[in-house]
Amino acid sequence: MSTLFEKVWNDHVVVPETVDAPGVLYIDLHLIHEVTSPQAFSALRDRNLPVRRPDLTLATIDHSSPTTPVSTFKDLLVAGESAANQIRQLEENCETFGVELLGFDAEERGIVHVIGPELGATQPGKTIVCGDSHTSTHGAFGALAFGIGTTEVGHVLATQCLLQRRPKTLAIDLDGTLPPGVSAKDIILAIIGRIGVDGGTGHVIEYRGQPIQSLDMEGRMTICNMSIEAGARAGMIAPDDVTIEDLSGRPRVPKGAEWNAAVTRWRALGSDDDAVFDRQVTIDAASLEPMVTFGTHPGMVVGISEPVPDHGDASFRKALEYMQVSPGKPMTENDVDVVFIGSCTNGRLSDLEQAASVLRGRKVADGVRMLVVPGSRRVKREAEARGLDRVFAEAGAEWREPGCSMCIGMNGDTAARGQLSVSTSNRNFEGRQGAGARTVLASPATAAASAIRGRIADPREYMDSNT
Amino acid sequence: MMQAVDRIRSRTVVMPTTDIDTDQIIPARFLTTTTREGLGAALFHDLRYAENGDPNPDFPLNASDVAGRRILVAGNNFGCGSSREHAPWALLDFGIRAVISTEIADIFRNNSLKNGLVPVVVDADTLSWLLDNPGAEVEIDVPASTLTLPGGETIKFPLDRFAQHCLVEGLDQLGYLESQLDAINSFEEQRAWTP
Ligand code: SF4
Repeated sequence: MSTLFEKVWNDHVVVPETVDAPGVLYIDLHLIHEVTSPQAFSALRDRNLPVRRPDLTLATIDHSSPTTPVSTFKDLLVAGESAANQIRQLEENCETFGVELLGFDAEERGIVHVIGPELGATQPGKTIVCGDSHTSTHGAFGALAFGIGTTEVGHVLATQCLLQRRPKTLAIDLDGTLPPGVSAKDIILAIIGRIGVDGGTGHVIEYRGQPIQSLDMEGRMTICNMSIEAGARAGMIAPDDVTIEDLSGRPRVPKGAEWNAAVTRWRALGSDDDAVFDRQVTIDAASLEPMVTFGTHPGMVVGISEPVPDHGDASFRKALEYMQVSPGKPMTENDVDVVFIGSCTNGRLSDLEQAASVLRGRKVADGVRMLVVPGSRRVKREAEARGLDRVFAEAGAEWREPGCSMCIGMNGDTAARGQLSVSTSNRNFEGRQGAGARTVLASPATAAASAIRGRIADPREYMDSNT
Repeated sequence: MMQAVDRIRSRTVVMPTTDIDTDQIIPARFLTTTTREGLGAALFHDLRYAENGDPNPDFPLNASDVAGRRILVAGNNFGCGSSREHAPWALLDFGIRAVISTEIADIFRNNSLKNGLVPVVVDADTLSWLLDNPGAEVEIDVPASTLTLPGGETIKFPLDRFAQHCLVEGLDQLGYLESQLDAINSFEEQRAWTP
């Protein structure tokens, strides 16, 4: 009678926790990027320690990388001198400590949470950490995956372990049938709106039910990705046929007899029928519609047809003021300056396809700048093979090199002060996409529809009736 | 690096806003540093300074008498969002040694404990008193895990025993993890499967 989380957790306890000390938890995969690792490598240097398991460590460059082509150090300076130096430092650290780096010359480079699953390094039943809160993405495969701080990055580099106390469990059960035109992004925004940005604090979420099982792996990753926006440590979905089908043939999954053994192990990971969760929430999928945020955190979210709420405390009113949004009116009354399609939430092939299917044969409205940034080089190649780049270019959007880009605005891709950006990323915090920029989170289809209309739009008005 | 902390007596600085995220505490463009030092200058940068770089007169940290205050009181769910440890580094570099709220986000809390910044979670009544009385002189006693208000009222706050020990002794937890190396070695040898 164990939950999925408990099975994975118990399988990795090196030393159990006591009242006096946290437990020691073993980590199977440690992902690294340029922004949160330099001080951790310095800590190793200071103590003269090696990386304990370079074979379980994988680095890439994503956060501050330019989304214009990079072949020389000068190209890097697009993102600014300190960003360029930080990237240089990661390259040096990986070289010195023997860590594999998927850098600018690697065909597999991309956002850390996009490439782990692409490579098949992300697998059910693993513990996965990264100095990045959206590590929760990998939970879509039934891994226990969570973000850590830089000090902890140092702990994992040195010992392959973390000191942990066991979090609580929260089951989020979806029932009913998802209406057409409503995507995984809309589901997770609705969940955060329902439980709040602190609704998952101290908990690991397991998403269950037919509407979740009917999603492909990319949709599941979108859901788990934003678990942190509900304050949760991690989000997980039990592995099933869809998971195993997706993993099969990926470069880094076990091969031959080991594959069969792994599949057997993975299939046993799902929560037992009599498993007990600390908390449980049910959501009716049939009642959902495309969602857009109206405030300055992801919990301030409404259905596209609903008015912005007209009640709230001082923080709520301050957020509306920052957003220049009127209470009592729907978000569809707001003009759009910038549209961003990308990020570890919605920068995968199916996300780009959803945006392209809305844009095909249409034009981005005058005065709107639209950036499409694939989540990885592989996504970029596959999208180009399907002609999506041409759909975007013909519509008047910019097709870029992979990276985090406008999700975090560290590489020079930002919205200007006061501009309204409809973004498929995960955070609408004040200034997240540039000082003074206003962010509205939405699905790829909603973002594309808004680019065409020049105002926030209901994507269902731009979809074929049979989609 | 871990700074030992025992007793903090200070007047408070108050930010009543709820859900203050780590992007507010330190905006992403300041994360291209490769050291831990000097981030205090960027603390709450975009709230603290106007577009032209002038200090924003309404921002609590810009008040003329806040220098030397070491306790920040904030609205519910402080430190949500990004895992950037630069957030506690910036607070510590500015001189803040403890944060009081009704809820403190998991990763921020964890990062704070690794650096000697004390997360103090209190009930809603205590928080609203603190928010209504900015600048109140309070005392945080880490070994006792108590917060004492100016009237002498003492409130216990939750603090994991291990975290408390590390805070008081200024212990780096990597040392503790290294002391578990035998267990880690045998775990690796005895696993039923290998990643
Ligand atoms: S895309 Fe955004 S959320 Fe994802 S890893 Fe990059 S910066 Fe973080």
